[in-house]
Amino acid sequence: MTEEQEVLEAAALWRREGKGVALATVTATWGSSPRPTGSQLVVSTDGKMLGSVSGGCIEGAVFKEAQEVIADGKPRLLDFGITNEQAWEVGLACGGKLQVFLERVD
Amino acid sequence: MKIETVEKLLDLKARKQQVALVTDLASGAQDLFTETHHAPALNLSPAAAEQVALAIREDRNAEIALDGRKCFVQVHNPPPRLIIIGAVHISQALAPMAAIAGYAVTVVDPRRTFATEDRFPGVTLSGAWPDEAMEKLAPDVRTAVVTLTHDPKLDDPALTAALRSPAFYIGALGSKKTHGARLGRLTRAGFTEADLARIHGPAGLDIGAKSPAEIAVSVLAQLTAARRNRQSQRPPG
Repeated sequence: MTEEQEVLEAAALWRREGKGVALATVTATWGSSPRPTGSQLVVSTDGKMLGSVSGGCIEGAVFKEAQEVIADGKPRLLDFGITNEQAWEVGLACGGKLQVFLERVD
Repeated sequence: MKIETVEKLLDLKARKQQVALVTDLASGAQDLFTETHHAPALNLSPAAAEQVALAIREDRNAEIALDGRKCFVQVHNPPPRLIIIGAVHISQALAPMAAIAGYAVTVVDPRRTFATEDRFPGVTLSGAWPDEAMEKLAPDVRTAVVTLTHDPKLDDPALTAALRSPAFYIGALGSKKTHGARLGRLTRAGFTEADLARIHGPAGLDIGAKSPAEIAVSVLAQLTAARRNRQSQRPPG
């Protein structure tokens, strides 16, 4: 099974189990971004996570935001615009920029 | 996304249908787009529908302005295919590596002792002769073909079929001498110089690969470059 399928299967399975589920998708990248456009991460309210939207750099931030999306149901477009100076703080050490669409699975 | 949409998408993917998920990034409205079902929830104009169809054909996820709305088109095409001729040692490394890289791999070898489940756990095997196997597999623009047997009886029919197909990558293993002889035979069979230029031979990027696994890496690297439209460069020497 491809990673793409695994993420979607998990989204469907966790939701059917009654958990709150959110899906994050990389919609645009600039510069040296580790994961291509279309990469996905699925997270659940009970702390499960599968897939990736970066090399592990912003997953934590996305996970946190995902809990809010699950709570209010409003999709969001998140920008991770990282300059080299900020890179260490936010976690994208490569200095890339990316945009992530975050939505609840209903 | 609605769970029904996730399940419909998974079902279409399982049936190897070409499909894209179109999402309006501002409102979160979304629908699936197939050849016959043009994301009706988004009310796309014919021009916008053509933009989505183009992204599907080009196998490209992209943020696209559709009818003035910022949308994300995520293409879910069936996996690209790799047909390996020869259930040899290098294939034992290449088949699982290519599977990790996202290819649907088929190993073709009519020699029963080679193409066994023991040697290729979980890999799709075909015991047909390469010409029959290739006819059945019908390589398309999202298919790569690599011949690894060194045996003209097996490699040549596969290369002949590959050259008559739109396969995006054709590779043939073998020394420069073997490859020269091969090109001679294919020329006598009626292929032109331009046809034969499609064959990467000897297959693989020149990374000094020695072991079967290293050769598999070099072949997978070269076909990745072909798939991503880069000129795979072979340094001289």
